[in-house]
Amino acid sequence: MGLLEAIILAVLAASTPLLLAATGELVTERAGVLNLGVEGMMIVGAACGFAGAWLTGSVIVGAICGMLAGVVLSLVFALMTLALAVNQVAAGLALTILGTGVSGLIGSRFVGEKITTAPKLYIPGLTDIPFAGRILFGQDAFVYLSLALIIGASWFLYRTRGGLILRAVGDNHASAHALGYPVLRIRMFAVMFGGACAGLAGAYLPLAYTPFFIPGMTAGRGWIALALVVFSSWLPGRLVIGAYLFGAVTILQLHAQGAGLGIPSQFMTALPYLATVIVLVLISRARTGGSTAPAALGTVFVPDR
Amino acid sequence: MLFGPKSGAAPLLQTVGLTKRYGAFLANDCIDIEIWPRQIHALLGENGAGKSTLVKAIYGLIQPSEGEMRWQGEKMVLSGPSDARARGIGMVFQHFSLFDNLTVAENVALGLDGQQSFKDISARLEEVSNVYGLPLDPRRDVWQLSVGERQRIEIVRALMQDPKFLILDEPTAVLTPQEADQLFIVLERLKAEGRAILYISHKLEEVKRLCDIATILRGGKKVSACNPRAETAASLARMMVGTEIREVKAAAGRQTTVPRLVVNDLSLEPDDPHGVHLKHISLELKGGEILGIAGVAGNGQDELFAALSGERLAQDPGTVVIDGTAAGHLSITQRRRLGAAFVPEERLGHGTAPRMKLSENALLTGHAASGMVHRGFIKLAAMLSTVDRATKAFDVRKAKRDPEAASLSGGNLQKFIVGREILRNPAVLVVSQPTWGVDAGAATVIRQALLDLAARGAAVLVTSQDLDELAEITDRIAVMFHGRLSAPLPTAQATREQLGLLMGGSALEEKEAPHAVSA
Repeated sequence: MGLLEAIILAVLAASTPLLLAATGELVTERAGVLNLGVEGMMIVGAACGFAGAWLTGSVIVGAICGMLAGVVLSLVFALMTLALAVNQVAAGLALTILGTGVSGLIGSRFVGEKITTAPKLYIPGLTDIPFAGRILFGQDAFVYLSLALIIGASWFLYRTRGGLILRAVGDNHASAHALGYPVLRIRMFAVMFGGACAGLAGAYLPLAYTPFFIPGMTAGRGWIALALVVFSSWLPGRLVIGAYLFGAVTILQLHAQGAGLGIPSQFMTALPYLATVIVLVLISRARTGGSTAPAALGTVFVPDR
Repeated sequence: MLFGPKSGAAPLLQTVGLTKRYGAFLANDCIDIEIWPRQIHALLGENGAGKSTLVKAIYGLIQPSEGEMRWQGEKMVLSGPSDARARGIGMVFQHFSLFDNLTVAENVALGLDGQQSFKDISARLEEVSNVYGLPLDPRRDVWQLSVGERQRIEIVRALMQDPKFLILDEPTAVLTPQEADQLFIVLERLKAEGRAILYISHKLEEVKRLCDIATILRGGKKVSACNPRAETAASLARMMVGTEIREVKAAAGRQTTVPRLVVNDLSLEPDDPHGVHLKHISLELKGGEILGIAGVAGNGQDELFAALSGERLAQDPGTVVIDGTAAGHLSITQRRRLGAAFVPEERLGHGTAPRMKLSENALLTGHAASGMVHRGFIKLAAMLSTVDRATKAFDVRKAKRDPEAASLSGGNLQKFIVGREILRNPAVLVVSQPTWGVDAGAATVIRQALLDLAARGAAVLVTSQDLDELAEITDRIAVMFHGRLSAPLPTAQATREQLGLLMGGSALEEKEAPHAVSA
C-alpha cells in the first residue's frame, strides 16, 4: 500500500464522524435551533455504542444504541428549549457537560475492553483494483452512510415540501406559525435527527475508528462539527468540502510532524482549523449573495393560543 | 338584519358572542359580526381594540374562549389555519407572513395545502398574477422585493386558493397612493366575483371610499355597525376612540429664522448588502420650520436617519451642518451636544432598550447634555424627574412610576420617547415615523408637540409614510426615492397625485393640481 493511498484512507476515516455530526447539526440549525450540545451527544453515543457492541457482539446493535442515546439526549434539549423555552446556548452547553458526565458513568466499566470493529466492504474484483479499489470500494458502512446522509439531507431540504417547510420554520417562525405550520413539532424532529446523527458519529469512534472506548474520546470533534456548519454557510455541498478538508489537513500535519519538519507542533496542530476556515471563507466570498444563517437561528418561539 | 342583502339566507360567516380571554384580560368581549358575499366589510378600531384577536380567531390561529362561529349557517370549529383555508377563508397579514430567504414561488407553495407539484404551482402563480394584474417573478428571493411586491405575493397566495372570504389586515399602510389605488381595483373585482372581504384599516377616508359596512371595536367590544359612506371621517374616529379627537393646531404666524439643519450633497454607500445608497442629498431647514420626507419604506429613509443622527459618519464634515457647525464627522453624542435630538422609527430596540427602565432609557439619550450625570456618577433623582416631566407633559400612561420600556403600549412609549427628546429643548429634531402604529389619541399629542416645538424656534425633520400626517403638520414636503431626495414642495401646494408620482419614481410633470393634499 502506497503512502498516498494510506493517507487518503486515513483522511476518510478521520472525516466521517465530522461529516455525520455536522449533517445532523445542519438540519437542526436549518430549522432554527442552535444545539451546542453536539459534543455531549457524541460522547454519550460513543459510550452507548461501545456498550451495545460489547454486550451483544454486534456493531449494528452498537450503532443503533449510539443513535438512540443521541436521540434521548437531544430530547432533553428539546424539552428545555422548545417546551420550556430555555435559552438555546445555555441549554446546549449544559447538554455537553451532562453528556460528558453520563458517558463517563456508562463507559467506566468498559474502559480497557476491546471489540471487533466494523468490517470493511470487500467486493472481489472491484476492491482489488490498485489504489482506487480500497478507497472507493473498501470502506466500512459508516463512510458510505455518512455520504448517503448528507446527499439525502440535501435532497430533503431542497427538493421536498417537508424540507421547504423546515427551512421556512428556520427563516421566520412567526410567519410559519401564522400559516398554520406546527413550528415546535417540526423543530423537535429536526433536533432529534441532529441527536441521532451526533450519536452515530460518536458511536463511529469506538466501533470503526479505534476498537476500544476511553472517556473523552470525541476530543472536541463535536465543536468542530458545529464550526463546520457555520463556515459552510449552512450549505450541504460546502459542508462535505469542509469536513474532508479538515480531515485531510489533520492527517497531513500528522505525517508532516512525523517527517520531522522544523515547524512547531503547536502550529501544525492548529493548521486544520486555520486551513478549513480560510478555504470556506474564500468559497463564501467568491459566490456573493449565497445563503446566510437561518434568520430565526437560536431564537425562542412561544406560540400564543 | 339591517345590512343583509337578502333576508332569510344565512350569512357567509357569522360570529355569535365571540369572546377571547387572556387571563383576566378580555381581548374580545361577546362580538357579533356578519360577513356577506359581495360586500367589503371594514373592521375599525384603535390599537388594542381587539381587531387582530378577532381576525386570528376567524383564521383559526387562536381558539375563542366562548361563543361560536358559523360558516354558511353551520357551526364551525377551526383546528388551525389550514382548516380555515380548506373552507375558503384567506388572509393577507399586516406584518407579512413571508420568508425573506426563500423565493416567491416557494413562499406561495408554503401558503398552499395539498400535494400540488412545484411546477403546477409556478404555472398557476403566473396565471393568477396575470388575471388580476399583479405581476410577480416566481424565481426571485423575497428580500430583494419592495414592500408593494411583497404584498402582491400575499394577495396572490391567498387568491390561488380561490377563497370565498378574504381578510386583509391594514393592507395600504405601506403602499404609495397609486399602489393603493391598484389594490382597490383588485378588491372591487374580487367583490364583483361574489367574494366577501374583511378590510382592517386605520385610514378612514379609504374605508369610506371602499367599504359597504363597517364594524367598530373599542376595548374588545363591538360599539357600532354602520354604513361608512353615511358617516364622516370624524364621526367614525369618534366611535373608534370614544371621545372627540382634538384637532392639532399650528401656532399662528410661525416665524422661520436662520438655517439650523443643512445637508450639503450627502452621498453614502450602504454598509450592508440590503441597504440603500444615498445619492447627492441636499436640504436646508430653518428654525421654526417642519420639513416632511415622504416615500415608500426602504428608499433610503433609514440610511438618511443614520447619517443625520451620527450612527453613520460622513467622509466630509460639511455634508451635515447642525446649527452652523459642520457635524458630518461627529458622533451621536457630539451632535446631541450641538442641540440635535433624534427619534428613530423603531421604538423597542432602537428608541429604547426594551428591558431597561424608563429612567435608564432617559439617561441613554440624555447623558451628554441634560444634567443627569455628574463627574461620571448618575443622578437618580434627575433621571426620575425627567421621567415624571415627560409623563406629565405628554400624558404617558403606565402602571408604575418607572416601569420597563417594553411594558408600555406602543402609543405611550412613543409619547415618552418624543417627550424625552423634546424636554431637552433641541435646536434640531429629526424624527422618523412619529406616529407609526400609534392610536389616534397619542398621535394627536405627538403631532401637536412637534408643532409646538417648531413654534419655539426649533427645526423639525419628519420622515413619514403617512401623507395625511405630513399634510397636517409640515411646511414643506420632499420625497425620497432610491436614495435620492426630491426638491421640497410647499405643503399647501403639493397634491397627493404629485407626491404619489414622486414616490413611485416618476419625474414630476408640470400640470395643474387637481386637489390639494390638505383638502
